[in-house]
Amino acid sequence: MKMTYREAVRQGLRDALATDPRVFLMGEDVGKYGGTYAVSKGFLEEFGPERIRDTPLSELAFVGTGIGAALGGMRPIVEVMTVNFSLLALDQIVNTAALYRHMSGGQFSVPLVVRMATGAGRQLAAQHSHSLENWYAHVPGIKVIAPATIDDARGMLKPALADPDPVVIFEHALLYNFEGELSEPWRDVDIASAKVLRPGRDVTLVAYAGTVWKALEAARQLAAEGVEAEVVDLRVLRPLDDATIMASVRRTRRAVVVDEGWRTGSLAAEVMARIMEQAFYDLDAPVARVCSEEVPIPYAKHLEDAALPQPPKIVAAVKQLLGKT
Amino acid sequence: MIEFKLPSLGAEMDEGTLLEWKVKPGDRVKKGDVVAVVDTSKSAIDVEIWEEGTIYELMHEPKETLPVGTVIAHLLEPGETPEHAEEEKRRMAAEAKAAAPPAAPSPAPVPGLVPAPAPPSAEARVRASPAARQRARDLNVDLAVVTGTGPHGAITIEDVEKAAAAAAQPPDRATEMRRAIAAAMARSKREIPHYYLATDIPLARASQWLTARNEQRSVTERVLMAVPLLKAVALALKRYPELNGFFRDGAFVPGAGIHLGVAISLRQGGLIAPAIRDVDRKGLDELMRALSDLVGRARALTLRSSEMSDATVTVTNLGDQGVDLVHGVIYPPQVALIGFGKITQRPWVEDGKVVVAPVLTASLSADHRASDGHRGALFLVELARALQDPEKLDTGTG
Repeated sequence: MKMTYREAVRQGLRDALATDPRVFLMGEDVGKYGGTYAVSKGFLEEFGPERIRDTPLSELAFVGTGIGAALGGMRPIVEVMTVNFSLLALDQIVNTAALYRHMSGGQFSVPLVVRMATGAGRQLAAQHSHSLENWYAHVPGIKVIAPATIDDARGMLKPALADPDPVVIFEHALLYNFEGELSEPWRDVDIASAKVLRPGRDVTLVAYAGTVWKALEAARQLAAEGVEAEVVDLRVLRPLDDATIMASVRRTRRAVVVDEGWRTGSLAAEVMARIMEQAFYDLDAPVARVCSEEVPIPYAKHLEDAALPQPPKIVAAVKQLLGKT
Repeated sequence: MIEFKLPSLGAEMDEGTLLEWKVKPGDRVKKGDVVAVVDTSKSAIDVEIWEEGTIYELMHEPKETLPVGTVIAHLLEPGETPEHAEEEKRRMAAEAKAAAPPAAPSPAPVPGLVPAPAPPSAEARVRASPAARQRARDLNVDLAVVTGTGPHGAITIEDVEKAAAAAAQPPDRATEMRRAIAAAMARSKREIPHYYLATDIPLARASQWLTARNEQRSVTERVLMAVPLLKAVALALKRYPELNGFFRDGAFVPGAGIHLGVAISLRQGGLIAPAIRDVDRKGLDELMRALSDLVGRARALTLRSSEMSDATVTVTNLGDQGVDLVHGVIYPPQVALIGFGKITQRPWVEDGKVVVAPVLTASLSADHRASDGHRGALFLVELARALQDPEKLDTGTG
């Protein structure tokens, strides 16, 4: 069935709300306004104000409240509008949610799901265009997932809610209007593995969230020139699925990591380091990456486009690895 | 200690494959001894040594493909001890290290895609991917002789596998030879400003004289017309030495002797031009024996290294194929090529009368950097004159 990424997220949320009375959604504008990205439109009427709760403009307060509810036996889904504002809740997520199991000697767990939009590309300027997935992927004690496909947008919430520990879900803001096919018959998805979205023999493109579609577009362009790129969607940013990445790199012997985060200290850097650690002797070229330029994301369209990973940059990096430049 | 290096056995040769050692450590050798058989792109060549000594160690195994100039053996000089040789080796290694030129600057890499180049080191590392190195170890491929096609010319696993596959099958001689000829001839036409001259030479006297000379001999001892032609070329070259030698590093270097490269076409296609040495000093019978021997061994592909590399000028005779005139391409770094066409009966004016006479068109292709057309013309005239005095051609030993 064809649907938008937004609709797929919506269906996942509705499923969760309908099947488990412990589940509730809270965040800024999720109720009356229907969600900043219109994901929860109509939910207030459908599920009532107890389960669809608008919150004050304090990420620190409402994420903390979510942690408390999770500790109390609920299954809260906290929407933090965007990763940009989640910085105000970092203390709750990193210092509290991620650590309670450890600091309580295993007595408490925090089955909290935090959803947030991420990424640039919509001319929202420097303060609203961050890709800080790597900040969260750095922290032991939480899982970080990044659905890029319709199936994952639809299906990753369920295992995230079933997880006894905090899970942070990143939804790339550019993907909400993206249309695609939902698998039929439906099969539940996991939050443990990376996935090969396109097989290829010449180079592995490792991507996640918004860059997955740019990598697929680059692969399409490369195929026209006889280069078969394999595209691996990381799906899960913490813990990384090394096995799938390495199996692909061992086949293709070359890798380009595509990451909308800034280059320095990026998730791409982590993936590259792991490839070097685990697949060095299988490599036929240095591992390359295409990241965002190290500048505040510009407002002007042409400058914003230039600052982000784009298919031509990916194609160029691949050609360099193949000695074709 | 003497370093014996893989010699260049022709202008097109930049590497060779060691096929066989004819000596072992401890053997005493003298100048001219055949020490190894090396496969060039053209044929298997017996490589001679140019110094006297005792083989101390052989540095490479048969089947290895080596660049020209590679030290393939160490020799002890007469009276030298192994201890002294070891000391020499250490000293030479230290000197080589000290004298190593700084590495050439690498092209600017795309920022971040490749790490900054390592600081220049005394031993230049082969740039090869980890996978290529692993595979090279498995397949026993020497990375030093593999050409890289990866990023910044790095050797990839595919390059190693191709090299291993190429080494596994014997080189296709015809293809290799075509490639060698293509390289040498392209270089010639690219670098050498040729000028071309030709003249008709009456051969009535020479052929009568030769017929009479042959009549006194058994069939096997008879001399073909090609031989007086070679001798006449050699004698004429003596008077025009700027046509006999090499153009190297921007200057003409005269040949040490008159060693005529004789173009020999091979049955399987292609050609080689091995040398007959000191043609000006050899008698006709000796030259005839040398020519038959050379043609036979060229076609059997058993030439010696000196024969392949010694020629100071080339002579090509396409008369047997029936053409009148040759516009030859010079074999670099030589500076001239003499071509002969077919000997035909033509009307010829002699003493004011038209007679029918055997006539040959001789041509000269010469390198204008080394000589001028004026001198080239005088050379052809001298060649024609020499052939009118056939008795004088039959001088020299044998």
